[in-house]
Amino acid sequence: MNLLTLSGSPHVHGDSSTKKIMYGVVIAMIPAMLVSIYFFGLDAIRVTLISVMACLIVEWAIQKYLIKGPVTITDGSAIVTGILLAFNVPSNLPLGIILIGAFVSIGIAKMSFGGLGKNPFNPALVGRVFLLISFPVQMTSWPKPAALFSGIADAVTGPTPLGHLKEAVKAGRTVQDVLENGSSWVMDGVSYSYKIPGYVDQLMGNMGGSLGEVSAIALILGGIYMLYRKIITWHIPTAYIGSVVIFSGILWMINPDIYVNPGFHLVAGGLMLGAIFMATDMVSSPMSWKGQLIFGLGCGVLTVIIRIWGAYPEGVSFAILIMNAFVPLINRGIKPKRFGEVVKNVK
Amino acid sequence: MNDIIIYAVIFLGVVGAASAVILYFIAQKFKVIEDPKIDEVEGALPAANCGGCGFPGCRGFSEALVKSVNEKQSIEGLSCPVGGNDVMAKVAAILGIVAEEKEPQIAVIRCSGSKENAPKKINYDGPATCAFAHNLSSGESGCPYGCLGCGDCVAACKFDAIYMDEVTGLPVVKDNCVACGACVIACPRNIIELRNKGKKDRRIFVSCMNEEKGGIAKKNCSVACIGCSKCFKVCPFEAITMNNNLAYIDYEKCKLCRKCVPECPTNAIHELNFPPRKEKIVEGESNVEPKIEVNKDQSLDTKE
Amino acid sequence: MKTFKIGGVHPPENKLSTDRPIEVLAIPAQVIIPLSQSLGAPSVPVVNKGDAVKVGQLIAKGEAFISSNIHSSVSGKVLKIDEAMDQSGYRRQAIFITVEGDEWMEAIDRSAELKKEITLSKEEIVSKVKELGIVGLGGATFPSHVKLMVPTGKKAEVLVLNGVECEPYLTADHRLMLEKGEELMIGIKILMKGLDVKRAIIGIENNKLDAIGHLKNIAKDFDGIEVEALKVQYPQGGEKQLIDAVLRRQVPSGKLPIEVGAVVHNVGTAFAVYEAVQKNKPLFERVVTVTGKNVKNPGNFMVRVGTSINELIEKAGGLPEDTGKIVSGGPMMGKALNSVDVPVVKGTSGVLLFKEKEARRVDPTNCIRCGKCITVCPMGLEPVLLAQYAELEMWENVEVERALDCIECGSCQYTCPAGRPLLDYIRLGKFRVGQIIRNRSKK
Repeated sequence: MNLLTLSGSPHVHGDSSTKKIMYGVVIAMIPAMLVSIYFFGLDAIRVTLISVMACLIVEWAIQKYLIKGPVTITDGSAIVTGILLAFNVPSNLPLGIILIGAFVSIGIAKMSFGGLGKNPFNPALVGRVFLLISFPVQMTSWPKPAALFSGIADAVTGPTPLGHLKEAVKAGRTVQDVLENGSSWVMDGVSYSYKIPGYVDQLMGNMGGSLGEVSAIALILGGIYMLYRKIITWHIPTAYIGSVVIFSGILWMINPDIYVNPGFHLVAGGLMLGAIFMATDMVSSPMSWKGQLIFGLGCGVLTVIIRIWGAYPEGVSFAILIMNAFVPLINRGIKPKRFGEVVKNVK
Repeated sequence: MNDIIIYAVIFLGVVGAASAVILYFIAQKFKVIEDPKIDEVEGALPAANCGGCGFPGCRGFSEALVKSVNEKQSIEGLSCPVGGNDVMAKVAAILGIVAEEKEPQIAVIRCSGSKENAPKKINYDGPATCAFAHNLSSGESGCPYGCLGCGDCVAACKFDAIYMDEVTGLPVVKDNCVACGACVIACPRNIIELRNKGKKDRRIFVSCMNEEKGGIAKKNCSVACIGCSKCFKVCPFEAITMNNNLAYIDYEKCKLCRKCVPECPTNAIHELNFPPRKEKIVEGESNVEPKIEVNKDQSLDTKE
Repeated sequence: MKTFKIGGVHPPENKLSTDRPIEVLAIPAQVIIPLSQSLGAPSVPVVNKGDAVKVGQLIAKGEAFISSNIHSSVSGKVLKIDEAMDQSGYRRQAIFITVEGDEWMEAIDRSAELKKEITLSKEEIVSKVKELGIVGLGGATFPSHVKLMVPTGKKAEVLVLNGVECEPYLTADHRLMLEKGEELMIGIKILMKGLDVKRAIIGIENNKLDAIGHLKNIAKDFDGIEVEALKVQYPQGGEKQLIDAVLRRQVPSGKLPIEVGAVVHNVGTAFAVYEAVQKNKPLFERVVTVTGKNVKNPGNFMVRVGTSINELIEKAGGLPEDTGKIVSGGPMMGKALNSVDVPVVKGTSGVLLFKEKEARRVDPTNCIRCGKCITVCPMGLEPVLLAQYAELEMWENVEVERALDCIECGSCQYTCPAGRPLLDYIRLGKFRVGQIIRNRSKK
């Protein structure tokens, strides 16, 4: 018989592990991946695969050669970042830009802070925002979704519902006008026309946008799976989506001509992706449920503000990153209910 | 366009100038009058901020030194272990008094319970800190006084003067130890002691802390002190005392005569940096191994 | 169904020995009785080498306020008073007795008759409990007579009995409730008289339906005793959690249960009180569960204090070849032993044998700040912060974050997905903060 082991209690361990959590998130993202392949074709596979491989290689290289410490790429966190980064970019993004994005996400936003668990900001979002600001043209040329098996997605690029609506309202049209009649314009001698897809189309994903953000239904399915596996709790998504609905609803009720209804906010853009997968990232979100509600609320308000009055049509990435910066403060301020603080003499 | 630039420059210039004036007056108002000697003394100190003197950093020590001179006209009892006699002489010169010469000291590891001498009887699984392992049980070898090998002493050293030997599992003190005392505090079993460096860097010490009866001590570690008192009986300078089955050599009284080292039946007494002795095989005691140079344990080679 | 409000986990119950009735273990050839068997100061021996002793004879006295008497569990001769390895992992003073026969002190009533009538007064009960060395058998071994001495200014309203046995694997209390139910009830009545309370509640978890039914039945004949079924949740057996579950009152931080008018005793202690007050029998034997997935005959045994754990393991089928860890107590809060030659003491509730694979911990990885440890902590603390501060040696922060409230239940380390040794660091933090506070009050 080998030597006995001596250790402090407890001597048993529950069956949760970081690996299980990370791979659970990957499984939750499968519906959205399948939808992205359906609408954007082989390009979707290309972008996702390159992003994941690049993230893994960057993490491996940094851990092995720079830090010279243990290599932990099998814990699944780099894969999650890779997929989320891919979900946040258009499917026609060139190879080099994807690689830069992966390097920024893993190398700068995660490893330079100390690796898993030490980053204050969501790595995939940092990568995405970096690419957006550095390569605005490539990051905003959305391919039109094409049906599956049609090869590479349609080379023609088109606007996204949010972007288009914002431009049109700025130009003076009312929301109802844009939604019902669409618009047409001439550029370089070529005439274009565009009508924002209906709600069902937007829900299913038949609209312009980044790989993963288009289909709200697929993302919600993933969210339900994660709730079932207890990987996330309902607090952040509910607070985030709820505050978007309420805030945009109030604005819509004040002036429905310039402010679009809350339902549109829900399905257009990357709100579902952000609320279900990005804001709920454990490392960069608060630890207590009260803190999480505040975090979700802040994200929602900021998202609507940026969408309506900000320079960018989409506010989800910036909103989450700004709230990430508040997380240490929230964690400090919101402490759990201590045992014995309130002595109730009920009986 | 130019207007904006001019306005910006003027505005910022005014704000900058106003801030400078305000800050100057605030600095004057809240200025702390300090004895200029404190700065001078601080300049002479090594700036290691290790706390070995017992004060919070070199600044704290300089303040204490100046205070002591002002009140008692001496710096008796105050010394910087890192700087040693040189620095204290400089400080004394600045303060206009005579410094006392202190015997240089070094940290000594009083345990030889290596992986070979005190084999593991149980596997410890948990955080690698001696403080925790000490509270959990008597340790992997079973000796409740021995080194736990988790390296709290190594972590505490700010001068990179102690490292954990992979082969023996014991810490080794290097030449550049300044005797600041951090490792002494860090060790939960008080194994490390600050002892005089000794003439020509030579020292003799009992490398064991075990206070259990001899039979039990020897069961856990083959080089334990069994409290047989043979060293005590043979020391011509009464430098050895016996307490609770453990011998202790007083470094002030020890004259490095080396008589006790071959007496010890378990090789628990170590002599460092001595020349090798001539082999002596005692007649009739063929089961006693000849004591060849014992200075290869805990060598002071500056290994990395 | 009631349970405590904050935190908690539900480890697999593994009550392998729940159907084994209590078996009396044969008296060994030698016993080693440690002098430190309760919280507080070690007891002082009152016998010497060579003395003859009988079963139930006083062999060590508790001199300090928080200390207890120790009685011999066998009859024979005192071999020596020397150091012996005990459950702390260190060698401590103990009395070695070589066994000769099984002669009991005459004062002890050995009949099996159930004595219902309580003839002693309140003060006599307290002094009897003290004299016969009764300590808390839940594991903490707090001297029971101290709990019966309510400090002036405070009043006891309810006596709560801990029949919860929330630790996985352990079944000693369960069997005791099933087999000695009536004696238990009389013991509770005695404690009620000693505390001068009119109400007692026995808390039992819902995985012991037979015990709940049985005791509810017997309780009909006893005035003022209620049985409360509780939802299964760990650590419901912690006294603060139990009081929260049963009475909906939370004991304030740093205070004792008497602050909310409650006194908690383990059901094993109540049974020992019955034997002490009604039968003059001191505490020298107790029920111990021997269990583990590899063990051939897991069971519950009535063991004399001082018996080597080796004897218990032999009776349960011998030490399995594939044993990686031996734990005294339950898997969540028990203490790992460094050998089998360790004696059973008053606080030993179980011996748990783990396979080699089960014995090794998971490798710790980075904390992912998931907050699960905060969710499960029954005291509402933030284990992630406490462990981090302790690791960085920031003791003031450890104290401010109320590390001293921690009951060391282990729920945090059990849940942590990264497998971090949270409780180990928190224990270190508690130890250091305790030292700092003691030094502070000395100045």
